[in-house]
Amino acid sequence: MPLTTPANSPDGRIGDVQDTPDVPAFEADPRIDHSHGTESQWQLIRRRFARHRLAVVSLWVLGAFVLVALFAGFVAPNDPGDVKARYTYAPPQALHFIDRSQDGWSFRPYVYGYSVEIEPEALRRTFVIDEEKKIYLSFFKRGWEYKLFGLIPTDIHLLAPERSRDPFYLFGADRLGRDMFSRLVYGTQISLSVGLVGVVMSLVLGVIIGGAAGYFGGWFDAATQRAIEFLRSLPTIPLWMGLAAAMPSDWSPLQTYFAITLILSFLGWTELARVVRGRFLALNGEDYVAAARYDGCSHFRVIVRHMVPAFTSHIITAASLAVPAMILAETALSFLGLGLQAPVISWGVLLQEAQNIRTLATAPWLLLPGAAIVISVLAMNFIGDGLRDAADPYAK
Amino acid sequence: MLSYLSRRLMTMILTLLALSVVVFIVIQLPPGDFVTSYIASLSAAGESVDQETINALRDRYKLDSPVLVQYWAWISEILRGNFGYSFEMQLPVSEIFSQRIGISLAVELTAVVVMWAVSIPIGIYSAVNQYSMGDYFATIFGFLGLALPNFLFALVLMYICYNWFGVTITGLFSPEYMNARWSIDRFLDFASHVWAPILVISTAGAAQLVRVLRANLLDELNKPYVLTARAKGLPRRRLIWRYPVRVAMNPLVSTIGWVLPTVISSSFVTAIVLNLPTLSPILLRALLSQDMYLAGALIMFMGLLTLVGTLISDLLLAWIDPRIRLGMVGAT
Repeated sequence: MPLTTPANSPDGRIGDVQDTPDVPAFEADPRIDHSHGTESQWQLIRRRFARHRLAVVSLWVLGAFVLVALFAGFVAPNDPGDVKARYTYAPPQALHFIDRSQDGWSFRPYVYGYSVEIEPEALRRTFVIDEEKKIYLSFFKRGWEYKLFGLIPTDIHLLAPERSRDPFYLFGADRLGRDMFSRLVYGTQISLSVGLVGVVMSLVLGVIIGGAAGYFGGWFDAATQRAIEFLRSLPTIPLWMGLAAAMPSDWSPLQTYFAITLILSFLGWTELARVVRGRFLALNGEDYVAAARYDGCSHFRVIVRHMVPAFTSHIITAASLAVPAMILAETALSFLGLGLQAPVISWGVLLQEAQNIRTLATAPWLLLPGAAIVISVLAMNFIGDGLRDAADPYAK
Repeated sequence: MLSYLSRRLMTMILTLLALSVVVFIVIQLPPGDFVTSYIASLSAAGESVDQETINALRDRYKLDSPVLVQYWAWISEILRGNFGYSFEMQLPVSEIFSQRIGISLAVELTAVVVMWAVSIPIGIYSAVNQYSMGDYFATIFGFLGLALPNFLFALVLMYICYNWFGVTITGLFSPEYMNARWSIDRFLDFASHVWAPILVISTAGAAQLVRVLRANLLDELNKPYVLTARAKGLPRRRLIWRYPVRVAMNPLVSTIGWVLPTVISSSFVTAIVLNLPTLSPILLRALLSQDMYLAGALIMFMGLLTLVGTLISDLLLAWIDPRIRLGMVGAT
């Protein structure tokens, strides 16, 4: 490692120092500030992670998703539940920033309005983007009311039409004339949080069960190993669906939400448990763990003080790779009508609208939530990849 | 080998038992028992309920007895080949099974075969030509397979075919062959439909297989024995096929264990989107209408299919790799 002076590495591996004879081992001098010469393990991890370009880019992308989810009401120009039958299946409008219409140009965002044509044979209304009509937009415009973070009532939106009755459909409208963009923004909230909450739940299960199995071994280890093998040998989707279908249909959206995340994590903890168990087994043989034990530390202290810090990064990696799987599972369940239900908006629920080939042919923009799924899942996988490479910064 | 086989069979039976308990829990979870929901559905349809039948049903599944007795009644009926009765479809579950199981298995097995046939050459190519154009394509394909949910892929494929080529790719047969007997024509018709689900189902698994095989093979290619063989003048192509590929394939065989659950899961969703006449849409309908006996039997069956597949893969692996057969590695 050319970038770092091999000083006392934080996990107590002094071997590095002896292996590099050209740098003299030095004793820590209390008068000298070493903070620039020695980097902590987390600094090393960050440096390693930054080398994975794709992962860094993905981190920004995911950050954008999270911001959108947090400030959903602010980002969404329209109320996601607002039904406007006049604009059924209105196509997406392209956003323009530079207005050239009058003398010269000015920075003034606008979209083109619609004009309705009636097909002579089918007597069906179709929307055509009408370049004559310009709908000007303004930033931080007051519109429909929402609660920021579910607490602060406000009505300010990032970008909304100047006259609030004008149609503004960045991603088009659905069957009921609801704004797909606003719905997608709100779906991000639910879909991302299902992944996170689900992973936190399976992390708790996985760390407790896998940790106990790896630390104590014996019959408990054998039993959990069998249980994990069993769960992993099952086709997950049918089983998830079975459990999801058994939910009473009169449950509130919030109850369903937690039930779904519980079901997902109930079958998702196995991978995390395997990782944790593996790390515990590997560390059990380490001298410093044995030393701590002979020193009379309690089990709890050995685990929390001596073992957990050595593999936190591995757990984070495994967890970050488990989030996209959760999101995909929720999406599939909701898409099939067994997961979250209609008033709740998630990406899977949104895609339910796109099930029919005829609908798809008239309104292909209904597939846009799919793009959100693919982008976010890809980003999370890249981040997980980057973390996996960075998790053990001392490895070559 | 024989002792290994018997050990594996024992594990499988135990796993099946555990699976049956899980399925039974799933059946039991909805409020009320199935006879009450049967009565409800009948009276909703305006039919009168025959008290005699109800009593017979309650008696047969021991619905008034403790849960353990109920479980025993259910499992012993299954062992006798009686999977229960679907109230929604008004048919014995076993009859629904026999109508559709052939198609289900045909689609799934073909998908597995295609998956392997596609991913092995791609995996070998991208490992041998690391960082080449083709390797990058394989990597992109791998990531797409990872991030694109099956149902979304099926939807997009459906849209592309409909919009650009004017073809509807739902179903497995044209209407005129729907209920026809098997003939050359019907088979050709089947073949002209089946490519879409096969493509969708095999992509996800193939992407994973390519990644596994590429990583394994890259490890092997860097080992000294490869260099030695090369230095001794063995042609590159022959060397790669004779040694590293064979070693790298070993762990791949054991992946059948997880390939099968993946295939069954993805074929499940795909079949629903593409409206295939397989078991999956039936399971979805059964679940949505809480027709739990049918659903339970189907989940049980899908689990059984996976377990048999895993058993076969383990036996294959033991046959190829003596270390496992002799219990030298941490074999299960």
